[in-house]
Amino acid sequence: MKRREFLKAAGLATLAGVLPGWDNSFGISAFALNERKAQDDHKLVVVFLRGALDGLSVLVPYDDARYYSVRPKIAIPKPGQEGGAIKLDGSFALHPNLAPLMPYWQNKTLSFVVNSGSPDPTRSHFDAQDYMESGMPGNKVVSTGWLNRVLKELPNNGSPVRALNVGATTPRILQGPIACATYAPTAKNRMNAMESPYIARAFEKMYSGRTDDLGVAFAEGMEARATINEKLSDQMTAADQGALQANKFSGFGRQVGRLIKEEPKIQVAFVDLGGFDTHVNQGASKGQLANNLNVVGKGLSELISSLGNTYEKTLIMVMSEFGRTVKENGNGGTDHGHGNFIWLLGGNVDGGKLHGNWSGLNDRALYEGRDLPVLTDFRSVLTDGISQHLGLSAKQTDAIFPGYSRKGAPLKVLKG
Amino acid sequence: MSSFRSTPDRKRLLGAGLTLVLLAQVTLPGLASEDEEKVAHVISRLSFGAKPGEIEAVEKEGIENYIRRQLHPDSQPLPADLEKLGQLDALAKDPVYLFLNYGKPAIKALAKSNGQGDKDDKEAKKIIGETYRRMYQEAALARVRRAVESPRELQEVMTDFWFNHFNISQEKGLDHVWIGSYEERAIRPYALGRFRDMLGATAHHAGMLFYLDNWQNTAASYKEERVTPAFAARFNKDQEAKLPARRNRFQGINENYARELMELHTLGVDGGYSQKDVQELARVLTGLGLPKGAGGGRGLGGPSGQEQMMFTQNQGAGAGVGTRRRGIRGAIIREYGGAETIVGNRELGYYFDPSRHDQGEKVLLGKVIKAEGEAEIEKVLDLLARHPSTARHISFKLAQYFVADKPPQTLVDKLSKSFSESDGDIPTVLNTLFHASEFYDKNYRGKKFKSPYRYVISSLRATDSRVEDVKPLLNFLKQTGQPLYQCLTPDGYKNTKEAWLNPDNLINRLNYATVLGTSRYPGITTRVKDPSQVADACTTDLSAATVSAVKQAPSQLKAALVLGSPEFMMY
Repeated sequence: MKRREFLKAAGLATLAGVLPGWDNSFGISAFALNERKAQDDHKLVVVFLRGALDGLSVLVPYDDARYYSVRPKIAIPKPGQEGGAIKLDGSFALHPNLAPLMPYWQNKTLSFVVNSGSPDPTRSHFDAQDYMESGMPGNKVVSTGWLNRVLKELPNNGSPVRALNVGATTPRILQGPIACATYAPTAKNRMNAMESPYIARAFEKMYSGRTDDLGVAFAEGMEARATINEKLSDQMTAADQGALQANKFSGFGRQVGRLIKEEPKIQVAFVDLGGFDTHVNQGASKGQLANNLNVVGKGLSELISSLGNTYEKTLIMVMSEFGRTVKENGNGGTDHGHGNFIWLLGGNVDGGKLHGNWSGLNDRALYEGRDLPVLTDFRSVLTDGISQHLGLSAKQTDAIFPGYSRKGAPLKVLKG
Repeated sequence: MSSFRSTPDRKRLLGAGLTLVLLAQVTLPGLASEDEEKVAHVISRLSFGAKPGEIEAVEKEGIENYIRRQLHPDSQPLPADLEKLGQLDALAKDPVYLFLNYGKPAIKALAKSNGQGDKDDKEAKKIIGETYRRMYQEAALARVRRAVESPRELQEVMTDFWFNHFNISQEKGLDHVWIGSYEERAIRPYALGRFRDMLGATAHHAGMLFYLDNWQNTAASYKEERVTPAFAARFNKDQEAKLPARRNRFQGINENYARELMELHTLGVDGGYSQKDVQELARVLTGLGLPKGAGGGRGLGGPSGQEQMMFTQNQGAGAGVGTRRRGIRGAIIREYGGAETIVGNRELGYYFDPSRHDQGEKVLLGKVIKAEGEAEIEKVLDLLARHPSTARHISFKLAQYFVADKPPQTLVDKLSKSFSESDGDIPTVLNTLFHASEFYDKNYRGKKFKSPYRYVISSLRATDSRVEDVKPLLNFLKQTGQPLYQCLTPDGYKNTKEAWLNPDNLINRLNYATVLGTSRYPGITTRVKDPSQVADACTTDLSAATVSAVKQAPSQLKAALVLGSPEFMMY
């Protein structure tokens, strides 16, 4: 046991001794905590597709004639037809450009939670993303993201790269007291003056004595860069010519997978991609959305293959702020909707099948007569998935999603 | 903490060079001129950061005069070379001209008439790429050079503020050629004008109509007039084969713009509207689209419309042919098509098509909007601009931008009142802001964290730099997550510390500061290299640690350290 963890555990013991009633009221939780020791070698990767992905183009209800009647231009053809979807089961098929994910459906480590999403009715991208990242729909005051609160519950391994964020800015989901290593895509001609110890030392004099957020950011930035530079070997950077394009997931897939595999202290990683707000000319098997899905499918499969054995201990969740209208609009696109699908990938995912309850596409089953209803709160996917995967107690998941309590039976998305 | 700025005879010492100052004991008590600190603060918020010597100059001029001058940009003449920037095509030309000369179809037609592109359109793609880049770089160069050099500092700040508020992204289709025009015609003229005027201009500019899809927003009952065989016969066989495959683009309501118009541009997400209001507003906005080409063409935007426009051009006497030899790379391809080919407003690039407009009565926010065609749009824009939620929404954003990430409610209230009472007169609201006690509250001074864009512009101002080639700078802004004109989503960039302060981004800034501070930044001429002068332009007090680090640093690194100091990150 590391010193910090030891101290944390010791602190807990003291508390239990001091506070009367602690043992009684929390006896079960304490037991659960002991038994399900947080598993710090398990990883969580969250992929956020911004702009509201059209789930019905990802998971195609090909057996439902209504799907084809309400989407004359943009429906994905049935399996077996030209440009057809890839059959998953008797009702659903996968977008053809997600073919790279089929091996994971076949080895039963890929699943989707149907009719899932946020219970908040907003159709504003920004509010919906905010809620999904804070993990507290409807609450505009909370300032931390749920992924940061996950970190708070995991053992602190003292590394500056416990959380890896791909992108130039810290997303809402990772905001909070635990710092994350923001790993910006390496662009060509990237300036690297700070890699000279001579220059770095000069700047350090201005920052090292500070205890404010600037001082902390400096220390963490320097340390994270050193770690990442070390782990991304030369051959790796050479293969990418040091140039990763923003918004191009392929490439990220390899780098992120590689980093997670090589740096055991990474506990969570976050990647976001934009460009899914397809109001106009969405396309079907080909076109705008298909191109983006191609990038996602390829990126995820590259991520998984570079994870190697670590995939066994990794849970990848792919989500979007809400779904889109069931019917296509007048512009060959879809408008802001409600329910969607959450994708799950990982060695421990109970895959090769779908989870949740499927609403069907009949008007009466639809939310406000136009959108997929949300029958599974995204937080239950998270609480049930995360708690089991990361070995967190009920008390800990409560701290991550305060005020949320699942209605009904637990969602069993993982094996075992 | 001893403070650089608090040295009483700072100016004299600065004149003698930083080294001298730093060798002196900088531990004198805070006898600083209160005025000087106040001036530095005012400049830091009304501009993108002080230039060397500016704090002293405004101290002499007086804060009131400075504020008045900044609120009335026309009172300050522009240097000739900045004035000239406005003549670049991307900024100066109207949207129709830009489309006809730089749009995809024009270039495709050109590549084709050059004997290329029939089999593979590689040549056309290359020209399109180059043209789009040129349009982008013209707009960006003008934006950055004005922000750095213009004496109309507040106008530059407000242009950035409002562009961000009414954001469009250069990366979407035709906005590649319209981005500069959008800022020049819909934002900049009103940045210190009336809110309602800007709302109207953005609603009608081709850049916004395209970006938020309203050009396709059409009454549900509309049946499009198909391309008739007679019309098709006017083209030769080759072109006929390329006629759009009868895809009907105008098939119903598109809510995208209507929603963002209320959520982002006016009322705010909690401004008290419903999904029903979104739908009703979308109905009001049906038919407001892009200019229409001759012969039943369906507008500029979208593949079918674009094809149409191309035909219109080729149809003209020897169209394209006479001009195709005039060089490809961004040269003017063809003179403006002439009035008979285009229907619509050329200045902003819109056309209201009554046949696509929903003729029914609408109810927006509880108010009945009688069916009267285009006039409905003006009515709803009036309604939205004057709505109390809009006053609150805009006031909050201004208070956050100018005062604090979490602005005091008292200030937001004062601004809302001023906004409503002046009917959205922006200089009046800003004047209220610049005289509010909250604006001068010491708890808020120097506490804002610069966004990447502000950081870059302030560093260029502090070094009195001139940007010759904007590309390297654009790359840096992209790396920091704030690429200019490329915020993909309509909500624009945030302007809070929470959004921009992260470890990697900070190290990025220090890399940049090192290159700029050592006068090695590609495409940029750094005119002030003296670290003491650079420090003079830092509007927040340098801490003892910074002063000591600069003091110990080798002389060629001193300016870089000032630019990369914790204090220079703040304003």
